[in-house]
Amino acid sequence: MSEVSAATPTPLLRLNRISKRFPGVLANDSVDFEVLSGEIHALLGENGAGKSTLMKILYGLYQHDEGEMFLAGEPVHIDRPSDAIQAGLAMIHQHFMLVPTLSVAENVALGLADSGFLSDTSRVADRISELSAQYGLAVDPSSNVWQLAVGERQRVEIIKALYRECRLLILDEPTAVLTPQEVDELFVILRKMADDGRGLIFISHKLDEVLTLADRITVLRDGRVSGETTPSATSKEELAQMMVGRPVQLAPDKADVDPGSPRLTVTGLNVDGDRGRQAVTGVSIEVRAGEILGIAGVSGNGQRELAEALAGLRPLTAGQMFIDGNEVTGGTPSEIRRAGMAYVPEERMRDGVVGEFTVAENLILVDYNSEPYCRRGALHLRKIAERASTLIDRFNVKTPTIETTTQSLSGGNIQKLIMARELSTRPTVLVASQPTRGVDIGAAEYIHRRLVEERDNGTAILVISEDLDEILALADRIAVMFEGRLMGILNRENISVAHVGLLMAGVSE
Amino acid sequence: MSDFFTLASLVFVVGSGIRLATPFLLAGLGETIGQRSGVLNLGVEGVMLLGAFGAYYVILETKTPVLGVLVGVGVGFVMGLLYALVTVSFRAEQGISGIGIFLFGLGMSDLLFQKQVGTPLPIKGFGDWHIPLLSDIPNIGQMFFQHSVLVYLAFVLVPVVAFLLNRTTFGLNIRAVGENPAAADSLGVSVVKVRYSTIILANILAGLAGAVLAIELGIFQQNLTSGQGFIAVALVYFGAWRPTGVMAGALLFGLVSSTVLQWKTLGIVSGAASSITAMAPAVLTIVALVVITRAVGQPSALTKPFDRGS
Repeated sequence: MSEVSAATPTPLLRLNRISKRFPGVLANDSVDFEVLSGEIHALLGENGAGKSTLMKILYGLYQHDEGEMFLAGEPVHIDRPSDAIQAGLAMIHQHFMLVPTLSVAENVALGLADSGFLSDTSRVADRISELSAQYGLAVDPSSNVWQLAVGERQRVEIIKALYRECRLLILDEPTAVLTPQEVDELFVILRKMADDGRGLIFISHKLDEVLTLADRITVLRDGRVSGETTPSATSKEELAQMMVGRPVQLAPDKADVDPGSPRLTVTGLNVDGDRGRQAVTGVSIEVRAGEILGIAGVSGNGQRELAEALAGLRPLTAGQMFIDGNEVTGGTPSEIRRAGMAYVPEERMRDGVVGEFTVAENLILVDYNSEPYCRRGALHLRKIAERASTLIDRFNVKTPTIETTTQSLSGGNIQKLIMARELSTRPTVLVASQPTRGVDIGAAEYIHRRLVEERDNGTAILVISEDLDEILALADRIAVMFEGRLMGILNRENISVAHVGLLMAGVSE
Repeated sequence: MSDFFTLASLVFVVGSGIRLATPFLLAGLGETIGQRSGVLNLGVEGVMLLGAFGAYYVILETKTPVLGVLVGVGVGFVMGLLYALVTVSFRAEQGISGIGIFLFGLGMSDLLFQKQVGTPLPIKGFGDWHIPLLSDIPNIGQMFFQHSVLVYLAFVLVPVVAFLLNRTTFGLNIRAVGENPAAADSLGVSVVKVRYSTIILANILAGLAGAVLAIELGIFQQNLTSGQGFIAVALVYFGAWRPTGVMAGALLFGLVSSTVLQWKTLGIVSGAASSITAMAPAVLTIVALVVITRAVGQPSALTKPFDRGS
């Protein structure tokens, strides 16, 4: 026994020089990481920094190439998720691992080691009720998961972990889908779980949350540990720098601009959702030249449907829409574009680009059939290539060549490509949905700066985002969406996070 | 037409409708199990043909119907293993693989038939088992309780499969794997094992369906099933992935078929008209499919191979 190990308790989990290679990429480069029991250890890093890979190794979804793992001092080999579960690990994935068609109790019962031939969900339901009471996780075991709100689904995930008596809980971006109040509630529960002696790994890229919740913070960059610190010894700026490797400006500089006349006017908009239920009800907004209107709200409150309706991708069931005073109600996407709108969609891989196309091809998706890129029905490849080179330069899109297939680029570069294409049409109105979701800090910083520049040039910008920090950093006015309605529009000056949070939860007073 | 609406005619139509529904029901129940776990098997027709030939040939040689049934089951097991290997382990596209299985079954059953048998000779099946007391009820007895033991077996399997899917741990695993395999995997349920099991079960029932068809008809010929396997797949959609729904579809199909047969026998339709009425079951299925499948969602992971970590 060395003196060091005598002084410090044996960590619940210790990862020793873990490395993982994928073809052409070193995803984890001899990473050291440990969690004590009772500790909340935050793992911070950009997309692609190796956080998810490391956790997938820990949970048995990937195998590491080098290094060792120890649980409570004992070496362990985790080859598949069932090994991880048996060792007392649980993981709450960013995209919930729930079966929507099954009940809460069935979801919890799934895969239990002690289940017999017959599935005994009533026994499971009883235990769920006990755990609910003990940890303040209100959820009805008999409801079907598809009926639950996002916050409730997360509680089901936590109950799944508690039910299996996990010692170590991994939470992958657990706050992405919650309102600020729900985040506070979650943090209380997580702290209680840690106080009961569990170790928690909290994966996030939200600096404020990490500083609030964690006992210790490890930052990953390019597969390596770039720093380990504690909240009291660091700051947001320092953490951001550790993540990106250079100083980062977290909120863009914004000069005051006097907004001009309304460019996008929408009155009494109703839109149906995918299942025929009304998703947007009576939305009226006005976006003026030189302002950014932000629409905040928890995912699934009609934002996607609203954005698609504005872009002409989803029919309006009521209401009117004008761009620069010209009515475009019921127009096709191309008519709306011709009237001056550009659109950055929420699902960039599905709606923003054709993944299999090259960068150059994606850059002409909106004007492929107009001069000078198309003459008498034939594409003018040289002009297309010239334009692509100009745009990737101007918008700082990092791609090996303009002939590279778009899907091989990172999320941030694909988003910059979409911004380049959309802004190159010199729109008068820009609708940007989740403009920096899943985008690294560096690219997000760039995109925010471009949006503010565009606003300063007199474009009317509507930013729809579930990231409240983004809305607060960008918007001149903020509208909160709840269950398809706007809960009122606030001016940037008189906004508190708590107030917006209440509106996001549907509380209007 | 008046001849058709007699009690005797009605009893015949219902009785033979139930009989005709049996292969659809068996194959459809199997396909339901498979699809609930997220696996579409378009090869049912081919497996039925192989099962039918296997059963026919063995009974022809041994005169033992039970052996025929076992061979049908065995053929289904082997074909299931093959299909699972291709679609689960190698993650091949299910639609194309299924068509491959169908073509293989179609060709192989005919080849073996030409080589081993040549001229079709009839075989003798189990004969009808009259259920004591119940079969003595006038008319009702003739319709429902004077069938081959294989017919009863198929209908008994309806609640058995429903119980398996809804009340057992294995059924919970099947449903989870069919809706969200990644979730099941993250809880330690082996998607591969569940899908191998369901595919093998589905194919056993398809092989059995083929055996039942050959035994009930007492004969084999090229393309004996003539599309019944494909209809069984359609019936799963028709039945909204529920065993009772599949049974309703199979019965509807059987009854329409027996009605058309009866019309032909009675001379109500003849010539071109009888050919057109012969299409009635297929047309009805298509209509029902269009109406019904809009209303219910299929298993979310249907036809999607599972690859951990992707």
